[in-house]
This record gives sequence, structure tokens and C-alpha cells, in this order.
Amino acid sequence: MNILELKDVSMTYGTVKALQHIDLTVGQGEWLAIMGPSGSGKTTMMNIVGCMDKASDGSVVLDGQELSKLPPRGLTAIRRDKIGLIFQQFHLVPYLTALENVVIAQYYHSMPDEDEALEALRSVGLGERARHLPSQLSGGEQQRVCIARALINCPKLILADEPTGNLDEANEKLVLEILHRLHGSGSTIIVVTHSPDVGSHADRVIVLEHGKIARTTTGALLHKSA
Amino acid sequence: MFFRIIRGGIVRQRRKLLLIAITVMLGVSLATAMLNVMLDVGDKINQELKTYGANLNVVPRGASFLGDLYGLEDGAGVSDKYLAEDELGRLKTIFWAYNIVDFTPYLEAPARAGDKDFAFAAVGTWFAKTLDLPTGEKVTTGMRGLKSWWSMDGEWPDDARNDQAVLGYVLARRLGLKKGDTLGYSGPDGKPAAATVTGVFNSGSAEDDLAYLPLAAVQGMTGLDGLVRRVEVSALTTPENDLARRAARSPASLSAKEWETWYCTAYIGAIAYQIEEVLTDARAKPILQVAESEGAILGKIELLMALLTALGMACSALALSNLVTASVLERSTEIGLLKAIGATDLDVLLLILAEILLTAVAGAGAGYSLGLWFSRIIGQAVFNAAISVSPTAVPLVAAMVVFVTVLGCVPAIKLLLSLRPTQVLHGR
Ligand SMILES: Nc1ncnc2c1ncn2[C@@H]1O[C@H](COP(=O)(O)OP(=O)(O)OP(=O)(O)O)[C@@H](O)[C@H]1O
Ligand SMILES: [Mg+2]
Repeated sequence: MNILELKDVSMTYGTVKALQHIDLTVGQGEWLAIMGPSGSGKTTMMNIVGCMDKASDGSVVLDGQELSKLPPRGLTAIRRDKIGLIFQQFHLVPYLTALENVVIAQYYHSMPDEDEALEALRSVGLGERARHLPSQLSGGEQQRVCIARALINCPKLILADEPTGNLDEANEKLVLEILHRLHGSGSTIIVVTHSPDVGSHADRVIVLEHGKIARTTTGALLHKSA
Repeated sequence: MFFRIIRGGIVRQRRKLLLIAITVMLGVSLATAMLNVMLDVGDKINQELKTYGANLNVVPRGASFLGDLYGLEDGAGVSDKYLAEDELGRLKTIFWAYNIVDFTPYLEAPARAGDKDFAFAAVGTWFAKTLDLPTGEKVTTGMRGLKSWWSMDGEWPDDARNDQAVLGYVLARRLGLKKGDTLGYSGPDGKPAAATVTGVFNSGSAEDDLAYLPLAAVQGMTGLDGLVRRVEVSALTTPENDLARRAARSPASLSAKEWETWYCTAYIGAIAYQIEEVLTDARAKPILQVAESEGAILGKIELLMALLTALGMACSALALSNLVTASVLERSTEIGLLKAIGATDLDVLLLILAEILLTAVAGAGAGYSLGLWFSRIIGQAVFNAAISVSPTAVPLVAAMVVFVTVLGCVPAIKLLLSLRPTQVLHGR
């Protein structure tokens, strides 16, 4: 079963062709890495898949739903219900504690449940820091709060745009461990990364160049070539 | 959760929100002060304007009072009609008794200054006469109150003393008299008399040629005991409107209900009508120029205040819109983030509006108190009277706050709705 199907998807910003005729399917439970040089369209693709932007052309089917036909409200609903987003910058609401930052995702999704949120923080190793404000947490810890927030509503698809881009090796390892755990429990993961090291953990790696898929390979092969 | 986010937002942005609150506070205080003054100022301004002239002239029915105004034209045109002095207390018994601020009778007599054989008009009047009303109350009335704006060098005479007088400064100069001197004169009866000049006044008008004596003195020399020629009445009036003008043109055209409304409103015509009801054979003529210009000035002042209020509100809305827009811009990342994790536009909108409205309400509360204080100061400084707190102002101010706040938020709301998570989350 495929959770995501992109057919002939293009995205243009004015004259910039950020994506050109992309065909891609992602299976349920797959871990996909997207790599490629800067400006090749990786973030653009994540935005389209993550329901934050609409493709200028082509069809995107996510979990059986055609995105291009949905109004903005519908896109917000899908984003809320099916997708967990992790950004390169660890975006947290600065005046809410780690716990509250997780609870807020529950709030907009369904019902706030502090115990569940605390459990999610424990699973990323932050049980002790639940009452701390983002400013009192290190970058790695902040990113783990973001991950806990992305996971709290049990999304079918986890989208991570350079989740380790601003982290040191130790924290990168921690994040990858969490992703592995999620992968093990059946989540579908799409990770954008510049690091072959991170990419090598994926089942499949696609390399974008000038808005087109230039190559497809596997994490294992990537590891060898790196 | 909603409240935790709002609380967090308020605490974090307290400085900006404080500015918003202050903006609202200033706007509201201005509006409150203006509205309170405006709703209460009719009486205040009327009272103030009253200082500058009587607005009713009560004369005997059938008398042509213009020709013999000062009784100078001996015999010719002088009517033999008078009003009774002892009826005057009834002026304070009419429906609008409390609107009658002051009144004073006049009785003129031609007189000659003794040694110089100089003709002048002697006017008998009340200065500060205390009357016992039929109701048992006492009122003090007379020129001292009626002409309070005349500049007086000296004192007004004592009503009980027949040998005191005040002179207009023009007359005083002609006679070569000053405060403290003695005026030797003879009235129509030819008997020589003397009066101490207790003061010399400057009225800035024709009265500066006159000498004012206690009423009894002039009644004595003319033999008109208990009579007066005319009465000047100062009354607080409601500005003329359509009904008042219609009543003035033809009272018969009013329906019973309209007539009742007219009678029970302090229009100058209604007051004149009631005066005629209580004084025998009297005719009360509104001095319309004064009455109408009072209404006009009142209207203008109210318009000015309304404009000021509107301007103040517009400024508040403008300042508010700047502050709110800046606040939304500053928080755009946060707002984008909320949208990205599933908040709808409406969710975010409610959040921001709730925050601003809470702040605005706090500011409005403070502004209302401040406005009451302002109106008290304005009342004291400008009208020399306490401005009463008008409950009508509260809903008006509240409506204005909501209107201004929402208006001020429009640009920010537009910005907020157009904010796309992708733009802020990737730093574009
Ligand atoms: N909102 C936009 N308006 C105009 N051009 C855009 C916009 N978003 C992206 N682009 C352009 O589209 C192209 C692809 O951008 P994208 O952000 O997807 O690249 P990327 O692969 O994520 O790069 P990086 O590795 O630097 O993050 C770039 O040329 C970029 O300038
Ligand atoms: Mg990118």
C-alpha cells in the first residue's frame, strides 16, 4: 500500500522551476531520504507533501486523498491529522514549556492529555525537562521536543526537513535513534538531509537536482559510496 | 490551553501590550471626558452664557416698552401700565422655577443732578433682594447676580437703604463723581435727595449712562409705590428646536401631546408662557437674539467636542493598528508554527483578538476612570462647575472601544490570514 503518490508534479515560483515533473511513490512504513544540492527543490517538495503549499501542476495523493483539490481548510486538517512536521530550526512557542509545546499540538488536533504528552517527552529522553522553557533547553533538546510534538498525534507520515542540520554528532545520533524507533514501529518517514550519514539510514534515497529526481539509490549503497 | 497561550502571549509581550493599553486608555479617556462634558454641558454652558445677559423681558401687557425704556421722554409715549412688585416672587413658583436663575425689576425716573442741573435716568431696582416665596422658601435675586459680569469698582447698594446708588462710569465721569462721593439729585417730584455712591460700574453697554438706586427710592420719588415697569429674567433654557419654533409661530398648531411636551421642556417660549400665567397682565418677551445664539453656540461647542472625540478615536485606531500589526509581525514565526501544527486561521485569529481585546478592555477601564477625572477638571476649569457622571456615556464608550479596536486590528488580521507557514518556517 502506498501512502504517498506524486504524479507529474511541478512547482514554479514565477520563473523559477523548483520542481519539474516529479513522479514518486512512497510505501507505508518506508523510510525515504531526499538529498541534493541547495536549491534543488527538497524543501519545496516537503512543503507540498506536508500540505503547506499546493503544487502548480500534477497530482499528489496522500493516504488516498487528492491534495490539489482541497481548500486551505482541508489542507490544514490533513496536516493536523496525518502529518508530523520536524523543521531544521527547532520552532517552539517560546513562552510555553516543553510539555505545553507538545500539548498544544494535541489541543489543535483533539484533546489535550498531559500524561500522554509527558510520555512522549520521556520517549525522547526529556521526561525531566518537561517544565522548562525552550530558552532553557539546548538545541538538541529543543529538536527532541519538536519531535515529541510531531509524534504526539500518531501521524501516519513524518516529514523532517534537515532535522539534524543544526545538531552536533551526539544529538544527531539521538535523533536518528528516535527515528529508527519510529520506523521500527511502522511509521513512514521522509527526511531531507545534506548528510550522507543521515541518508544512509534510509531504505531508499532520492537525489534531486534542478527540481528533478536525478538518481535513486538505497541507504546502504549510499553508505558505501560515501 | 487557549488561556495558557493567551497568558503566555500577554506576559511575553507585556511591553507592547502596555503600549496598546495606553493607546486605548488615552483614546477612551478623551472620549469619556468629552462625552460626559457633552452630555452635561448643555446646562453648564447655558449657565455660563447666562452670565452675559438676561433672556426674558417681562413688561405690562399693552405697553410699548421700547419708547420709554429709560423713562426719559417725559410724558410722551410713557404708558401708565405697570407690573406689581409683590407678584414677582411668583416667578419662582412656575414649573420651571429652578431654571429661573435671577431676575430683577426696573422702574425708571428722569432725575436731575442737584448742583449741575444735569438730567439723567435713575433706575430703581433690586440688588440682592431676599424674597419670601409663597412656598415658604427664600430666594435672593437682583442685579448682583444678573449682571455678575459687570466690572464694579465698589459695592452694590443695600436694597434697604434709600440713600445709596451705583453709577455707570460714563455718568460718573460726567457728574465728576467717584466711589464714596455723594450724589445730590431731585426726582420727578422735585424733592432734593442725596445718595452715597457705593460703586461705579462698567457694563460695556448703554447702561453706563444710568444710575441705579434701590427700587423703593425710585418708587418714592415717582409715587409709584409697589409698581415696576419691567422685569429682566435670566433663565436656563433648552436650545430651540423644531417644536419650539412651531410653538412660537402658532401655539394652536400643536397637538395636545406636543403641547404638553413643549410645556414641560425648558424652551424659552415655554418659560415665557408660564411667566405670563403667574403675573397679572404681563407679557414675557424672549430676547431672541440671546436665546438663539446660546442655542447656536451650544450646538457648535457640542459639534466641536464630537469632532474632537472622533479625531481622538481615529488617532487611537491608527496607533492601535500600528502596534497590533507590529505585534503580529514580531510573532509571525510563532503564528506560522501554530498554523503548521494544525491551528486554523480562525484559531489564530481568536487567539490574537482575545489578547488584544483583553488588553483593550484593561486600557479602557483605566481610560474611563482617567476620563472621569479629566471631565471633572474640564468642568472646573472651563465651566466652573462639577460635571456629573453620565451613565449614558458607558455603553457609548464601550461601543467605541470595540469599534476602534476591531478597526485597528483589520490590517493585522489581513496580515495574519495571509501568513503562510512555509514563509516563516523556512525563514523566507
Ligand atoms: N517562495 C518562493 N518564492 C520564489 N522562489 C522560491 C520560493 N521557495 C523556493 N524558491 C526557489 O525554489 C528553488 C528550490 O528551493 P528549495 O527551498 O526547495 O531548495 P532546497 O533544496 O530546500 O535548498 P536548501 O538545501 O538550501 O534548503 C530555489 O531556487 C528557491 O530559490
Ligand atoms: Mg531546504
